[in-house]
Amino acid sequence: MSDRLKRVDVILGNYHPEKYKILAGAMERPNKDIIQDLIDSGLKGRGGAGFLTGLKWKFAAQVPSEEKYVICNADEGEPGTFKDREILTKVPRKVLSGMGICAKVIGAKKGYIYLRGEYKFLVAQLNDQIDEFHTYCDKLGLDFRVEIFLGSGAYVCGEETALLNSIEGKRGEPRNKPPFPTNEGLFGKPTVVNNVETLVSAMMVCKIGPDQFKKLGIQDSHGSKLFSVSGDTPRAGIYDLEFGLSLEEFVKEFGDGDTKAVQVGGASGFCVPRKKFSQTTIGYKAGLDGDNLPTGGSMMLFNSSRSMYHVLENYLEFFEEESCGQCTPCRIGCQQLKKGIDAVKRGIRPPEYLDQLLKLTETMKITAKCGLGQSVANSFSSIVENFREEMIY
Amino acid sequence: MPHTKELVEKLVDTYGRSRESMLPILQDIQRTEHYVSDDAMVEIAKQLDISTADVYGKATFYSFIDTVPRGKYVIRVCKTIVCEMHNKSGIIETLENLLKIKIGETTLNRKFSLLYTNCLGWCHMGPAMLINDEVFTDLTPERVREIIAIYKNKN
Repeated sequence: MSDRLKRVDVILGNYHPEKYKILAGAMERPNKDIIQDLIDSGLKGRGGAGFLTGLKWKFAAQVPSEEKYVICNADEGEPGTFKDREILTKVPRKVLSGMGICAKVIGAKKGYIYLRGEYKFLVAQLNDQIDEFHTYCDKLGLDFRVEIFLGSGAYVCGEETALLNSIEGKRGEPRNKPPFPTNEGLFGKPTVVNNVETLVSAMMVCKIGPDQFKKLGIQDSHGSKLFSVSGDTPRAGIYDLEFGLSLEEFVKEFGDGDTKAVQVGGASGFCVPRKKFSQTTIGYKAGLDGDNLPTGGSMMLFNSSRSMYHVLENYLEFFEEESCGQCTPCRIGCQQLKKGIDAVKRGIRPPEYLDQLLKLTETMKITAKCGLGQSVANSFSSIVENFREEMIY
Repeated sequence: MPHTKELVEKLVDTYGRSRESMLPILQDIQRTEHYVSDDAMVEIAKQLDISTADVYGKATFYSFIDTVPRGKYVIRVCKTIVCEMHNKSGIIETLENLLKIKIGETTLNRKFSLLYTNCLGWCHMGPAMLINDEVFTDLTPERVREIIAIYKNKN
């Protein structure tokens, strides 16, 4: 790998030889110091939405309640993402440490790992780790228990409030926000829902301190990030890289020499055409513009043999099936978008109809209840605008 | 079906009578009976003291819970973009020929069902499929033939 693309191996690096040492260290520190460290570190959620982790923990810690929950969101369903499974397979102890630290900080006694049904084969080995974790909790005087809750094949359950409903035994449909889970989460109690990788990153902040953590990554994207690389690449796999890298460097490293476009952030992310590689960085920035793309780590490469129409059609089929159907903009919108591009392709509708469809995605962005419906616009507009001729001919 | 009734009663004892037990109960019934029958849903509703419509709503929400009978081995082939790009259709064609069923169907002996599923999270090793809970990646038509031959010999 070239020097410019630094492999950091923070997330998937080896364990400390002494089990749960970081958790033990955190037990000795005041909660407000840990929260401050997290805020100072600039750590943002690694699931894709990018909320400041320290603030989330702070909000949940502030609400007085006997009952609180920590939830590890392992419902990794975004197309092109497979890093959470790798973390849970290789370094589950780091995830449990992160959950333990969070429980200590916010005052939770119960935690869940919401594991997608597709990863059911991980249950036995995870349960062994959880059993061992519980003995360490007891040793450290941490009153905290974790259990696995298995999903059953629903992408939308990765949305945090849908996930809460799913655990409560309801249909996994997103709730209105506010109230946010940090105030009224699982069973109406304060709850922190963090992505698998976020929990590991939070633990890393406790281990190396916010200053060291901030040294990784550029601008507003601090720390390292796992990237799931797939598609037309000779080097598909999972890579632990510095956050904030430029897409051009990324493609040089991972492309097959003929990369036409990269989908950053999965089906709900953005498609970047070749001409924009050099001006695009991957990561969060204070002001969100199209050239700084946040991502849960999904990077799918397409070479010039691929039809971007088929790519978009595949995404829309995905969204149409995975829409929970609760709100009209998303339920009907996804169907109409799919029908619409089909009609344009077949010549039943004129090419200008694409502009109406773009307007529809704008409406969905404003009116859909959750991130699923709101983010359909991302891939739709970035593909239709950049590859318009492929949509028509 | 007395068997279903007993099964539901046993599961309710294991997981508890609260609403939160519903998904684990549905998952276990799915595993044992290869689908969740109307009888099972009525029984769950009775045991948990909620409406049958509520149970139906939950059961039909999840793509891994079936309300129509499926085979003992449910094959779910990933159809999301990267697997699609890596010859998913060749895998489907091979499976259809081997099992003599079309996608969405179940063999007459109720041994295999062939279904599509959305992203399984094995994009770097696609095409991928699940047979019940077991994952198979880097599929080729030859490999699919080998895998199915093994499963055909299983009980």
